[in-house]
Amino acid sequence: MYRYDQYDHQIIQERVAQFRDQVRRRISDELTEDEFRILRLQNGLYMQRHAYMHRIAVPYGMLSSKQMHMLAHIARKYDRGYGHFTTRQNIQYNWIKLEEAPAILADLATVEMHAIQTSGNCVRNISSDQFAGVAADEIIDPRPYCEILRQWSTFHPEFAYLPRKFKIAINGAVEDRAAIGMHDIGLTVVKNDQGEIGFRVMVGGGLGRTPLIGATIREFLPWQHALTYIEAILRVYNQHGRRDNIYKARIKILLKALGAEEFARQVEAEWVDLKDSEATLTVEELQRVAACFTAPAYLTLPASDAAYEQEKATNKAFANWVMRNVKAHKVPGYAAVVLSLKKTGVPPGDITADQMDFVADLADRYSFGELRSAHEQNLILADVRQADLVSLWKEAKAHGLATPNIGLLTDMICCPGGDFCSLANAKSIPIAGAIAERFDNLDFLHDIGEIELNISGCINACGHHHIGNIGILGVDKDGSEWYQVSLGGAQGNDIAVGKIIGPSFSAGQMPEVIDRILQVYVRERTEDEKFIDTVRRLGIAPFKEYVYATPIKTELQHGEDAYA
Amino acid sequence: MRNIIKDHQIVADDWNVLRLEEGQTPESVAVPAGKVLVPLKVWQAQHAALVLRADVGVWIDSDEGAEALKEDAAKLPLIAVNFPKFADGRGYSIAYNVRSRLKYAGELRAIGDVLRDQLFYMQRAGFNAFAVREDKDINDALKGLSDFSQPYQNSTDIKAPLFRRVHRDGASA
Ligand code: HEM
Ligand code: SF4
Repeated sequence: MYRYDQYDHQIIQERVAQFRDQVRRRISDELTEDEFRILRLQNGLYMQRHAYMHRIAVPYGMLSSKQMHMLAHIARKYDRGYGHFTTRQNIQYNWIKLEEAPAILADLATVEMHAIQTSGNCVRNISSDQFAGVAADEIIDPRPYCEILRQWSTFHPEFAYLPRKFKIAINGAVEDRAAIGMHDIGLTVVKNDQGEIGFRVMVGGGLGRTPLIGATIREFLPWQHALTYIEAILRVYNQHGRRDNIYKARIKILLKALGAEEFARQVEAEWVDLKDSEATLTVEELQRVAACFTAPAYLTLPASDAAYEQEKATNKAFANWVMRNVKAHKVPGYAAVVLSLKKTGVPPGDITADQMDFVADLADRYSFGELRSAHEQNLILADVRQADLVSLWKEAKAHGLATPNIGLLTDMICCPGGDFCSLANAKSIPIAGAIAERFDNLDFLHDIGEIELNISGCINACGHHHIGNIGILGVDKDGSEWYQVSLGGAQGNDIAVGKIIGPSFSAGQMPEVIDRILQVYVRERTEDEKFIDTVRRLGIAPFKEYVYATPIKTELQHGEDAYA
Repeated sequence: MRNIIKDHQIVADDWNVLRLEEGQTPESVAVPAGKVLVPLKVWQAQHAALVLRADVGVWIDSDEGAEALKEDAAKLPLIAVNFPKFADGRGYSIAYNVRSRLKYAGELRAIGDVLRDQLFYMQRAGFNAFAVREDKDINDALKGLSDFSQPYQNSTDIKAPLFRRVHRDGASA
């Protein structure tokens, strides 16, 4: 993990002091709420339905066990004993008091954590592949670049008041696990024919009201120029992005209005003066930062562990978990483990303080004291010996973190929705809950296979519903809560925005809607065909037809009334 | 006379800011005598007369660009950038361009909705003077200039990013 030095520490301390004074001035009315709102957002603090929500940054998803213990402490001391991992690899607390927010930041600073730019119209937390550094299909570890960009974007004086929020993600592997196509800037670390390292630069992706996949504006940018080139992109955006309409203010709208070619031309023109300036990255700096991400002290192990293979062959429950939750590792004898935060009955991404302490311990004992968060709202132990998998599994299971459902229907992405979010049109957690309950049968889930179900409580798309194979969007119709369903969305290399199948449904109808969609899939699939491939092959028509063919009775126990 | 912050000091200021009122046009508005900051559009419309005066400065609005002053910047005693709302961040890029593209070395002033909590970034982007909004305490605002000591990245004020300015460790152990 990156090790902060005195400069990083000083910057975080100064931030805590600054925010403490801002809160004081707000409470004494020297600052109006309007003036304060923007300051608190840049410190991760939102006003929500019931209380303040505090979003803590987890830069590119990396966490030490010590930091995880601190997150548990924050949950206990300042919240109600739990936290919520988000689709941007961060963690949120839902029950925060404004007066305590400075103390939270001060506590976090003791373990090199903060809430800098987790919200607001600035460059947000940089996100990345949760398997960075260990993935078998990795070309180059993206984390040094993430950290360099994190530093560059932290308190960038020119880009703290952009037209709109700005999200950057970096992927370094063959498979895109960072959803780079739906970011304002998506970078892929690539090698060119000469073996030089650089970035493919995508711009203008984003979900929300106008879902758009980013366009590639440069096939190869030598890594040395990452900062200056991004500076050029942001300067063009800052000056020309729309500010008259908040819904049209993202860079994707500017890019669309100008066309990718013209946008790229303006960026290149802006870049002429910056290229080769002092902000150009140096080999020394890259090496300094990269040295923080060197591999831990792996043992030399055989490619496969006999006892582990034996257990897999004889213990079906363990084998299921391995199949779903254990991922290939580039070092022989090791594996990456996904701890599922998607147990039935628990809101996706939620974790209790006790579980946080527990996973921190697990990390210490099994994974060099490190953890990662994934944008699918799960946690990862990235460096586990195969020989330890059985005992790790047993322990995780006892703590409700070994549901063998990674990539399956119940591994849903779900935003906080109407239970917490003041922007919601509808609840989303109870919908996720009702669906999880209805399909709480492992054999069935495994039979259905890989499928992404994403739920958002409103068009802002925090739950990534557009890029779910099945997307569920909460909508408001005459003051009551309804749900619109889309099919065919996907993340990854074939990222796509789903198509709406037709009129929306009530909460109580949703489990049956999902059931019918799955029935069509099971009927129509060819052998080994994944859900998304069936949808791509057939289009949405047969699904649509079947879902709407006969009326769906609302199951009252899952109906909206049940969650009122 | 009101006070402004200039080069880290609170000083009295005798510049008047001309803002067009309803019905006034850049061509016809009468530019008063004495030190006056005129809108870019007025400067352009009455260029021949104004360029002869040493007591006229120009303010740029957030939807305008620095390039418009390309020919004139070196002669101007004062350039200002207007912040119609403190949350409108275009002025930061304008300031950057005034300094780095136009190579303007004179006084660059932030006017309009200028508040304490934005001053640190404004100074980094290139402003050296701040007409803090009049209902706010200017002594308090002055503190905003020193919120942080060592920024990571380059901007107008510091051309080299932190990694070129200091020796950093962090990778040790
Ligand atoms: C509960 C408080 C939350 C509020 C008030 C909130 C607010 C918003 C708003 C207003 C947008 C639309 C932005 C735009 O279109 O430019 C948005 C988008 C988004 N939010 Fe949230 N959000 C919240 C929680 C979350 C959570 C919990 C997550 C992760 C689980 C999340 C992740 C996202 C993502 C990924 C997007 C879409 C980004 C895009 O358009 O590219 N947000 N959010
Ligand atoms: S999608 Fe809407 S309801 Fe859900 S968290 Fe985002 S803003 Fe709130």
